[in-house]
Amino acid sequence: MRVPGVAWAFIAPALLVIGIFFLLPVAAGFALSLTDFDIYALADLRNLRFVGLDNYLHLLGAPLFWQALGNTLYFVVVGVPLSLGLSLGAALLLHARVARFTPFFRTALFAPVVTTLVAVAVVWRYLFQTRYGMVNYALGHIGIEPLDWLGDPRLAMPTIILLAVWKNFGYNMVIILANLQTIPEEVYEAARIDGASSFQQLVHITLPILWPTLMLVGILTTAGYFQLFAEPYVMTQGGPLRSTVSVLYFMYEEGFKWWNLGTASTAAVLLFALMFAVTWTFMRMTKREGTA
Amino acid sequence: MGGLRGTLRFFLGASVLLLGACSHSTSEQQTIRFWAMGREGEVVAQLLPEFERKNPGIRVEVQQLPWTAAHEKLLTAFASGALPDVCQLGNTWVPELTALDALADLNPLAASSPVVDARDYFPGIWDTNVVAGKLRGIPWYVDTRVLFYRSDLLKKAGFDKPPRSWDEWEHVLAAVKKQAGASRYAILLPLNEFEPLLALGLQQPEPLLSDDGRWGRFSSPGFRRALEFYVQMFRKDWAPSLSNAAIANVWTEFGRGYFSFYITGPWNIEEFKQRLPAERQRDWMTAPLPGPNGPGASTAGGSSLVIFRSSQHAQAAWRLIEYFSEPAVQVRFHELSGNLPPRRTPWRNKKLAGDVYVKAFFEQLERARTAPKVPEWERIVNEMQLAAEQVVAGEIDIEQATTVLDARVDAILEKRRWMLARKKSP
Repeated sequence: MRVPGVAWAFIAPALLVIGIFFLLPVAAGFALSLTDFDIYALADLRNLRFVGLDNYLHLLGAPLFWQALGNTLYFVVVGVPLSLGLSLGAALLLHARVARFTPFFRTALFAPVVTTLVAVAVVWRYLFQTRYGMVNYALGHIGIEPLDWLGDPRLAMPTIILLAVWKNFGYNMVIILANLQTIPEEVYEAARIDGASSFQQLVHITLPILWPTLMLVGILTTAGYFQLFAEPYVMTQGGPLRSTVSVLYFMYEEGFKWWNLGTASTAAVLLFALMFAVTWTFMRMTKREGTA
Repeated sequence: MGGLRGTLRFFLGASVLLLGACSHSTSEQQTIRFWAMGREGEVVAQLLPEFERKNPGIRVEVQQLPWTAAHEKLLTAFASGALPDVCQLGNTWVPELTALDALADLNPLAASSPVVDARDYFPGIWDTNVVAGKLRGIPWYVDTRVLFYRSDLLKKAGFDKPPRSWDEWEHVLAAVKKQAGASRYAILLPLNEFEPLLALGLQQPEPLLSDDGRWGRFSSPGFRRALEFYVQMFRKDWAPSLSNAAIANVWTEFGRGYFSFYITGPWNIEEFKQRLPAERQRDWMTAPLPGPNGPGASTAGGSSLVIFRSSQHAQAAWRLIEYFSEPAVQVRFHELSGNLPPRRTPWRNKKLAGDVYVKAFFEQLERARTAPKVPEWERIVNEMQLAAEQVVAGEIDIEQATTVLDARVDAILEKRRWMLARKKSP
């Protein structure tokens, strides 16, 4: 098919903007990942060395990078299902016919999404404070010894997951709720006449109709959770014992704290490759579901 | 109404013309741009009118940077050629900006200066500004770490004087911990703060990096001794294994006796005075850091004033640095900010000489020791603290920690070795 010149003229502005502000930086980032750009190279470009794939080999052999990758995967694998489950549950509860004060609850559950993370982090740090925190105080009443939520390397990531899930589930909840409200009442009515229980209605009607939406929010949430950064940045600064360092946090430290832009770009490329693979798999799954 | 508005407009127009005329008549006036950080950025505004009165030809334009953004701002300004004339710089950043070749050599200016006299400065602090034999900054204020302690709790444990050596310190810590019981501690060493361990490491005879900063030397007997001493404080339960995020409020906890020793810097004098309850005010004091055998060294931190090589007004910028270095101005700066002067003369002023809390700092400053002056230092010291944290958590032992640390530091310094080798060969 021949694209007429007029069509090119129409899309040229958009292409130009995408080219300058997206493609060019991405290409530059990839080029940087093949060099050892650092503070010395900033002083004098002659100090820049082309290192080929050395950065990649170095990162793939660095325990700290693997730890960051492991932490990120932990966050995604636990955080995404938890977040989606909570969103779905909350949406179903809000949609239930017996629910009262729905506008109030809808707003309350959505509120964390629109509050500033930094402000939230301050409150959470008080809540999870080891000696005076409300959480340990409450746990104390049921006989559980105080836990060092943010200071114990085994507990820090779960605490970050709790924060992220609480902060984000409202967003998906609203999307799912909107979809729920589009399901015609007649379908349920027919099912009830056929004698379907509430659980059967949920499994055979609600979930199949919601499926495309769930996939969409699943993909978006996964892509978002892979880019974990702000939560550990404000809560733990990657500690204790680097148990909350995510790939993005690792990248930030390499790039902006230590100014090793070469290594940081390499981490970015690797994260991109990983996210691309995961998202692509998801897409394949939805397509197969769609055609089945 | 119309008449009034017209008159106003006339006056406004006339004053604009006058202003224009003013700036024309003093065309030889220079404007120097000065970047200052954090609290200092706020305080200098009160010192500048006098400078401008004494130097009618120079106008100073201050820009205030938050500490958290300063490093990035400096590097981007360097990359885009937008650096100011004169700037406040944390003295650990001096080697980095020297590596960028961004700083003017101040040797010739300082040598002929009637105000800046190197011999009057604390040697450890002055030394942080000398990189590869060239003077790159003039110390503006100093920061070193000393012991803050609860004198009443020490007395209760049977000591009326603070410890001077590691041996004494161990005795005091053990006794205080015994008094304090299981839920309280003798000392607070936040696991994400590198300064206490760095100070212990600097007290050792061996340098932390060897061969002009080419290789890590953390497996030296000295540093191992320091790490052992540090780690045992956690092993023996004298210190809680906490990061400072887990301490809601150090001042309150110190007041409650959650810990009796705290290694920290001069800004906390003012904080303790203000935040500890009135009945606790007689119960705390400062003391120099104990060393392996008698009083030991501590870190040499603080800020320096530097002139960028790109500056067109180096002479005027130097006048400003000289003004800030005058003992009288330093005393006033101390009054305004609580910062401690880097030279000895202002310390004779009765305001400083009479302050019992700063006395320990004065003594400590004579023994402040410079950390290795390589641009990678900040990263190296972070790795050091991470290794220490791993030992405290029991993940690795001291032997492994120092070996791994040396390997990591050697990897970080690879580029530096390449640079140094290249500089020599061409």
